[in-house]
Amino acid sequence: MAEPLTTTETAASGERLEAALLRERFPDAVEEVVEFRGDTRITVRRDRIQDILQFLRDAPELQYTFFSECLGVDYLDPNAEELILGKKHRFEVVYNLYSVPDTRTGRGTGRRIFIKVGVPEDDPVVPTATGVYPGASFPEREIFDMFGIRFEGHPDLRRILMSDDWVGHPQRKDYPLGGERVQFPGGKFGPSVGDGIVQHPGESFFGRTASELGDRD
Amino acid sequence: MTLDLSQLNSAATLAQGVQIDPLDESHMIVNMGPQHPSTHGVLRIVLELDGETIVKATPHMGYVHTGIEKEGEYQQYLKAVTITDRMDYVSAHINNLAYTLSVEKLLGIQPPPRGQYLRMLLCELQRIASHLVWLGTHALDIGAMTVFFYAFREREKLLDLNEMLSGVRMMPSWIVPGGLRGDAPPGWFERCKAFVDEFPYRVDEYETLIDQNPIWRERTQGIGILTAEECYGLGVSGPTLRACGIPHDLRKAAPYSSIDHFDFYIPTGEYGDVYDRYRVRMAEMRQSREIAKQALERMPDGPINVDDHKIVPPPRHELDTSMEAVIHHFKIWTEGFRPPVGEAYVPVESPKGEIGFYLVSNGSPYPWRMHLRPPSFMNLQALSRMCEGRLIADVVAIIGSIDIILGEIDR
Repeated sequence: MAEPLTTTETAASGERLEAALLRERFPDAVEEVVEFRGDTRITVRRDRIQDILQFLRDAPELQYTFFSECLGVDYLDPNAEELILGKKHRFEVVYNLYSVPDTRTGRGTGRRIFIKVGVPEDDPVVPTATGVYPGASFPEREIFDMFGIRFEGHPDLRRILMSDDWVGHPQRKDYPLGGERVQFPGGKFGPSVGDGIVQHPGESFFGRTASELGDRD
Repeated sequence: MTLDLSQLNSAATLAQGVQIDPLDESHMIVNMGPQHPSTHGVLRIVLELDGETIVKATPHMGYVHTGIEKEGEYQQYLKAVTITDRMDYVSAHINNLAYTLSVEKLLGIQPPPRGQYLRMLLCELQRIASHLVWLGTHALDIGAMTVFFYAFREREKLLDLNEMLSGVRMMPSWIVPGGLRGDAPPGWFERCKAFVDEFPYRVDEYETLIDQNPIWRERTQGIGILTAEECYGLGVSGPTLRACGIPHDLRKAAPYSSIDHFDFYIPTGEYGDVYDRYRVRMAEMRQSREIAKQALERMPDGPINVDDHKIVPPPRHELDTSMEAVIHHFKIWTEGFRPPVGEAYVPVESPKGEIGFYLVSNGSPYPWRMHLRPPSFMNLQALSRMCEGRLIADVVAIIGSIDIILGEIDR
């Protein structure tokens, strides 16, 4: 455990305490520190994320015990087929951590920090955070479902919002909005109405039945 | 003839995370939902049982997934407000506020005092409405039918207030980047005041019905216990966290929209069980009423929107006389506004817990990424932990106590 630089919010270097501590403790892992409207976002190396999260949680002057969430971002511009904002990696996973002020024990600082890792498209794997924060389980499943980023070591990595047999990852930028087939194709499967008179969502909006329209797939 | 036991674990069963041990006869798998009245929507829970005791509860969601986050990337900032109502559909104003505050952080603007007070008034009334839905359905699940009618009687009045304000009862989209869509109509504050004056007696009524009721206590006390440390790790927030004795409320911890001008306290529980969550929410309704009362008393005069027609559309009557207003009107509804490149997340205390929109802006009129931090989704992770070792009947009480909204979980 490294000695704390200072107990105030800003370190001697003028940087926020979290960034300074991480730089000291993991000199080669901190890639970028961005300040925007009072929030700090620290980009770190992907293979050190577990150690860094554990450090942020356990360091006595930081105490980021509350796992707020994690989310994925896709930076591919599908029209230009290049990454926007000069990003090096296509995906980013953002961890949103919070230090709950705990009046019973007097611990916690009430501050919030965002930790980011870049994830390349050809190797979309991130070590799981579930070992440090059990609450990372559902959000990581969601990122896997929506972006196709796999979390190594996750105990139960399955799709969470899309159905189990869904093909593709809908939140990727090259996955188009709309245009997907309805879930009851032509009224032939599922809760079918066949050639019945009753309209249902799988059918045409023009009052024709599925067989009149032919197989639209 | 031999029976191939490996057939028991078909691909479909494994895909749902249920592993059946063919030699273990003691555990039974029971499927609860997705169409079950106590799951408050379309939630499916696979229960692994030892006798009637729950060994593991695995929630399955996604039945009402509508791709709202994806849709948000294709809407301009001002137009995406309407889809944020649809997430947590019983506390629409608070969703709007969370989204709006994130956009305003990107833009670096703040509405004038009257706008902020009006927002706070709407949000606290909405919090009462949301807690009333929770109280009614939670009591109904446990078997107390009367409470439902009483709670929905008051909620109806709140929805009437919404209707009088915006013309819509549940999806008002009234809080928008830069301020609000409009000021309160004549007579609206008087009706608010009448509601606020009467409401404490109504809370007394609900409490008379169930507070000391031996069946209610038997069904809720000592059930679904969580500790504060478990809540932190699992990301559980809101009344569920406060019931563990942690007075953590974002209205105090990270004040937004002038909430620090009001005088209120954060109710907490002691044991972190279902009954404590009930007590915390009942006390919260009284506190929200206090905030609403203070907001009504101190409502400042003046404009409600920022004075920038590049962000807030000009009022309709100006379009007839001002060429500039016509240009602004046209620009804002076709092109929208362009926040600077950056990312913003403003957490807001919703009736369920910490809600916030993570927005990534690339400088275009469309958010590059719009992500909701859904409190119900995170709180649901604690379900298995709370159900372990309890009976099936307790699952119903526990689900009710964490107050989930499937529209927000599935998005």
